[in-house]
Amino acid sequence: MATLTLENVQKSFGDTKVIHGVDIDVADGEFIVIVGPSGCGKSTLLRMVAGLEGVSGGEIRIGGKRVNEQEPMDRDIAMVFQNYALYPHMSVAENMGYGLKIAKTPKAEIAARVQEAATLLQLTPYLKRKPRELSGGQRQRVAMGRAIVRRPSVFLFDEPLSNLDAKLRVQMRLEIKQLQRKLGVTALYVTHDQVEAMTLADRMIVMNAGVADQIGAPLDVYADPATAFVAGFIGSPPTNFLPAARFGGAEGEMLGIRPEHLTLGAAGAGRIDGRAVSIEPLGAETLVHLRLEDGTAVTVRQEGTAELPAEGAEAGLSWATGEEMRFDDAGRRLR
Amino acid sequence: MADRHTGMVEKRGAGLWLTHAGLILGVLFIFFPIWLAFVASTVTQPEIVHPPMPLLPGDQFLENYRKALVSGINAPVARMLANSAVMAIGIAVGKIVISILSAFAIVYFRFPGRKLFFWLIFVTLMLPVEVRIVPTYEVAARFDMLNSYHGLILPLIASATATFLFRQFFMTVPDELAEAARVDGARPMRFFIDILLPMSRTNMAALFVILFIYGWNQYLWPLLITTDPEMNTIVMGIKQMFPSGDDIADWPVIMATSILAMIPPVIVVISMQKLFIRGLVDSEK
Ligand SMILES: Nc1ncnc2c1ncn2[C@@H]1O[C@H](COP(=O)(O)OP(=O)(O)OP(=O)(O)O)[C@@H](O)[C@H]1O
Ligand SMILES: [Mg+2]
Repeated sequence: MATLTLENVQKSFGDTKVIHGVDIDVADGEFIVIVGPSGCGKSTLLRMVAGLEGVSGGEIRIGGKRVNEQEPMDRDIAMVFQNYALYPHMSVAENMGYGLKIAKTPKAEIAARVQEAATLLQLTPYLKRKPRELSGGQRQRVAMGRAIVRRPSVFLFDEPLSNLDAKLRVQMRLEIKQLQRKLGVTALYVTHDQVEAMTLADRMIVMNAGVADQIGAPLDVYADPATAFVAGFIGSPPTNFLPAARFGGAEGEMLGIRPEHLTLGAAGAGRIDGRAVSIEPLGAETLVHLRLEDGTAVTVRQEGTAELPAEGAEAGLSWATGEEMRFDDAGRRLR
Repeated sequence: MADRHTGMVEKRGAGLWLTHAGLILGVLFIFFPIWLAFVASTVTQPEIVHPPMPLLPGDQFLENYRKALVSGINAPVARMLANSAVMAIGIAVGKIVISILSAFAIVYFRFPGRKLFFWLIFVTLMLPVEVRIVPTYEVAARFDMLNSYHGLILPLIASATATFLFRQFFMTVPDELAEAARVDGARPMRFFIDILLPMSRTNMAALFVILFIYGWNQYLWPLLITTDPEMNTIVMGIKQMFPSGDDIADWPVIMATSILAMIPPVIVVISMQKLFIRGLVDSEK
């Protein structure tokens, strides 16, 4: 168990710079989720912490100690890979105990620790099986077990749930969270799924093209995005962006409004009119997709019981000024 | 699953009989010369040279085989079989060890000249043993390797084909496996021994069969490098059994030797075949 510090961490592959300097202080036992679209450098950042990629600039400290030059095994970390990376010819128990075996832990202690982890993860009946004789969810658990038995100070997860079906993903998400709480181990978790990020994270890092656009607690990030990218990426359906010039802003500025902050009224009665192009009733709520005169698509989220416009009909959109977020032409939030 | 597969190609009635008749005929056709050799190894010399050739085994089986194994013509066949076994196993094991290590180096390490070395190995694929046999002989002779096991084995031990094969296999092993091992604390050789080797088991078995037979069937190289009959291998030894002058060939003993020469490769193929099939059925990756 330890703190983790990234200080202006940078990474270049040859001439291409993929991480442009990330800073974060992770407290002991904190669950940090790195979230962002594909190719933004999440895995690269995680792999640098693991020691699987060299660090081009800046410093990584685990428990206050600089680890830039250390091999993965000396960093006191454990990693769970996206495709589990279980050793195919070893049994579940051997897979989990392999790291300890290399560390020359006494056999009895390995067995005890594997047993303990297996109990925790409900893997006891499968200890003798080979990975190929397990289901996806069970393999996922073995990968977790392999990380747990080593009692590392930091857990690293790279999209560990992306190979599971939707239902299992939700279940494993809960299990990972509970496990991390129970063990109190600092965790760094990469995902491109914002729901996973929102539900798991104590704090999340929203990455955009190699830059940490915002770091904060999920609800804070949601309520108060620092950039247009964050506003658009976190939240589903995404934030609507309207040209601010139409509402008294400067040219090039954008106005962001969350779908739930928009209300529909009669045409002409709101701040701007749009034509309803499609309506998605989801039961408790309904999504109304509209198109403005200039072609901008806007989504409104309203209660399932609220009155709906007819498809193709004009409707007026209104919102409270306090809910709108202004962004400059570079996407930075204006306050 | 086996049921479904036979079901898929199932033929009925006449078709079934025809295919079987065809197969049996083919087997008989290919097996006939071997049968003749076996028959010839169980009769006496006069019975062979007087036509018509017998088609059924005679009563000299024990006599001929004992004679071949114990005294042979130039050297006892038992001795030649042992030489061949040492050579074939030496070549097969040596080739596998060297090529799996080179493939490991080429796939998992970045070192200067890595591409160059790979292509150098690859280029040697294009040179058959016969092309470089004179310089190889020269080198072997200078190192005093004539009439020795290492002389039989070492010059044939480098294998571009096997290196290439293992390289292709290693490239299909997911990178994450190597990374997981690194995080687990395995240094490169540990990863090689604990993870890559067990995963290559079936590939090694397949190669062993092929290379054993390759080694067993070597003819030209043992012919050059061994002058002492005690160091003869069996395949070249059979040829040496033909008389050079006016002597008459001792056909029953030569035939018994031929039959004996076939047995070890057959045993290797059959015993390794089981491992093959097991490897194919529970593929590990
Ligand atoms: N070994 C490498 N050499 C060169 N470029 C690389 C290398 N590894 C990654 N990159 C580049 O770095 C960028 C970030 O890659 P990374 O794998 O970190 O993305 P990611 O955020 O994990 O994406 P995903 O969600 O698709 O996994 C990408 O543009 C990728 O092309
Ligand atoms: Mg990734």
